[in-house]
Amino acid sequence: MLNYTVRKFDAVIVGAGGAGLRAAIQLSEAGFKTAVLTKVFPTRSHTVAAQGGVAASLGNSEEDHWHWHMYDTVKGSDWLGDQDAIEFMCRKANECVIELEHYGMPFDRLDNGRIYQRPFGGHMSNFGEKPVRRSCAAADRTGHAMLHAMYQRNVKVNTQFFVEWQALDLVRDADGDVLGVTAMDMETGEIVVFHAKATIFATGGAGRIFYSSTNAFINTGDGLGMAARAGIPLEDMEFWQFHPTGVAGAGVLITEGVRGEGGILRNSAGERFMERYAPNAKDLASRDVVSRAMVTEINEGRGCGPNKDFVLLDITHLDPATILKRLPGIREIGIQFAGVDCIKEPLPVVPTCHYQMGGIPTNYRGEVVVPKDGDPNAVVRGFYAAGECACASVHGANRLGTNSLLDLLVFGKSAGETAVENLKAGNKAHKDLPQESIDRTLARVNRLNTQTGGANVHETRLAMQRTMQAHCGVFRFKDMLEQGVAKILDVQEQVRRTEIKDKSQVFNTARIEALELDNLIEVAVATMVSAEARKESRGAHVRDDAPDTAERPNGRDDQNWLKHTLWYREGNRLDYKPVNLKPMSVETIALKKRAY
Amino acid sequence: MDEAKRARLGKLRWHCRRALLELDLVFQRFWEGTGDEIDEETEAALARLLEMEDHDLWDLVSGRRDTADPQLNGMVERLRRI
Ligand SMILES: Cc1cc2nc3c(=O)[nH]c(=O)nc-3n(C[C@H](O)[C@H](O)[C@H](O)COP(=O)(O)OP(=O)(O)OC[C@H]3O[C@@H](n4cnc5c(N)ncnc54)[C@H](O)[C@@H]3O)c2cc1C
Repeated sequence: MLNYTVRKFDAVIVGAGGAGLRAAIQLSEAGFKTAVLTKVFPTRSHTVAAQGGVAASLGNSEEDHWHWHMYDTVKGSDWLGDQDAIEFMCRKANECVIELEHYGMPFDRLDNGRIYQRPFGGHMSNFGEKPVRRSCAAADRTGHAMLHAMYQRNVKVNTQFFVEWQALDLVRDADGDVLGVTAMDMETGEIVVFHAKATIFATGGAGRIFYSSTNAFINTGDGLGMAARAGIPLEDMEFWQFHPTGVAGAGVLITEGVRGEGGILRNSAGERFMERYAPNAKDLASRDVVSRAMVTEINEGRGCGPNKDFVLLDITHLDPATILKRLPGIREIGIQFAGVDCIKEPLPVVPTCHYQMGGIPTNYRGEVVVPKDGDPNAVVRGFYAAGECACASVHGANRLGTNSLLDLLVFGKSAGETAVENLKAGNKAHKDLPQESIDRTLARVNRLNTQTGGANVHETRLAMQRTMQAHCGVFRFKDMLEQGVAKILDVQEQVRRTEIKDKSQVFNTARIEALELDNLIEVAVATMVSAEARKESRGAHVRDDAPDTAERPNGRDDQNWLKHTLWYREGNRLDYKPVNLKPMSVETIALKKRAY
Repeated sequence: MDEAKRARLGKLRWHCRRALLELDLVFQRFWEGTGDEIDEETEAALARLLEMEDHDLWDLVSGRRDTADPQLNGMVERLRRI
């Protein structure tokens, strides 16, 4: 068997993106010995890619209120979001954004020195009346600036970073308590148990389960895989947001701003097809409406290219000077990834996986919760999660743009605060480490190191991605989902016997990727199984056999499906729990048809 | 390949994991093209480039900005042609 050593901390945080860094500040400031593990240097975490901004009802340019923000978020979630958590997030937004400002975040400013705010899809004033300026940004580098500000703060308060470490598994004992993680130092291949009284997951999303994804390669859902293997269910995994305009074949995001400046979507006949689907908003209709229209065009044979599998985003009618000035970077993306100069030719685009709404179930305090003894939300002692890997649930069936960066700040902080509270109240000593739990990790790594005649990692990952894309994409069909379940379980069998040729210890990227695939497949199976089971359309989960009718507007079936899905790895089992429709202080935002 | 070089290349490959998909894709093509056939000069230039912040690096690789640094420039040119 493999060797390992043990290191003790008060708290271990896995992930140094927005959520992890925010949680770490809380713990280190309170004087707790805190380790942050990350696969890449903190400021290279995927949060860097976020450009649009972070939502907060500061009301700097016009009147705004957290209650309006809350309304928008509940509606955006198609009523699947928990209203206590949503109220909590929207009320805490201003405080968290201003804190960030104090950490040194260089927000764009108004002449009077206050933070500049711009409008963003789905954010409205006065309970859905008209768009409101709610997004705070730092030029087009919001996520990047946010990470830098928080990283500096962490250095000041002595957070201990373990950079280029890959967490492998949760350590959970027979009582169900979480006591830390096992992790591998990429530089030496050494395995270490991080023994902690508080363990916080902030590992980001898993967008790489799909073939076409706007997510960087790092988003492999490690936190979800680790949680699932430790017996924690994953919540609402059928809900994935697709962005309408990813470059076909590459996935790179083309911002909504392109359509905002007059870009037009066209099918193979050159037709501006959005006129048929959304006569008023046309190309500027909401993300899910545009994505579905595009897929319908492709499915009905009006796609472009030799395989008729994309549509075109046309800006050739715009003044080239406007393109270069208002849409910086778009031309370069077209040339690099589609071989097309968008000034002269339209860009090939497809709806592309962008954001994971589901995740590890938590309450608004950032504590991981699971059903136990009749309580659907019993706290797992010692375990917390925040950010894209967690499901609080504030995004429900569909996330609003700029609410994710807010989620990181609010729930990163909240998880940190709760951990501090529990550490102060709890035992001074660490609980004993359960050998069995550690052995399971060692066995998994050992299996990979010694496997012969197994499956190729790259090919197996590709098979998973293609299966997810074909069977569980923007538009879902009963038969395809049923076949998809069988296919993804086949791929899972392959993943269990992956083989790597390179057995070296130091920076063995083949091994890192194989271990990541172990996590991706858990997320993929959870997604497919959860999606097949949910027999309604809601938010981002849209089924052909659950169409828009008078009885069930948009195909949503509140009578049977107003509930959260919980997928358990063991036995591939599903369970459900109620949505919390009761906010903390205000009245319930009553169910309505979601229409814009 | 000796152990030391294998380790250095492994580290370089890992440092090509970036926060922006754009860069991931460019570096993926780069490694597909070169495999382990990398001379020391390329290694050094790549290591320096990879120290950069992601947005700055993408500005260089996508041609929105240029660099006057001769060592970096050769590598940037190569990445642009991929
Ligand atoms: C192109 C793009 C643009 C976006 N724009 C916006 C926007 O404008 N506004 C908005 O609100 N949202 C936006 N989003 C969504 C938002 O950026 C993400 O949801 C958010 O940044 C996720 O942050 P996080 O802290 O949860 O995780 P990440 O920032 O992804 O960080 C995850 C961390 O976990 C670490 N990690 C993962 N696995 C392991 C492991 N096994 N061991 C050790 N460490 C590990 C990683 O190294 C990393 O440090 C965008 C997303 C994309 C893809």
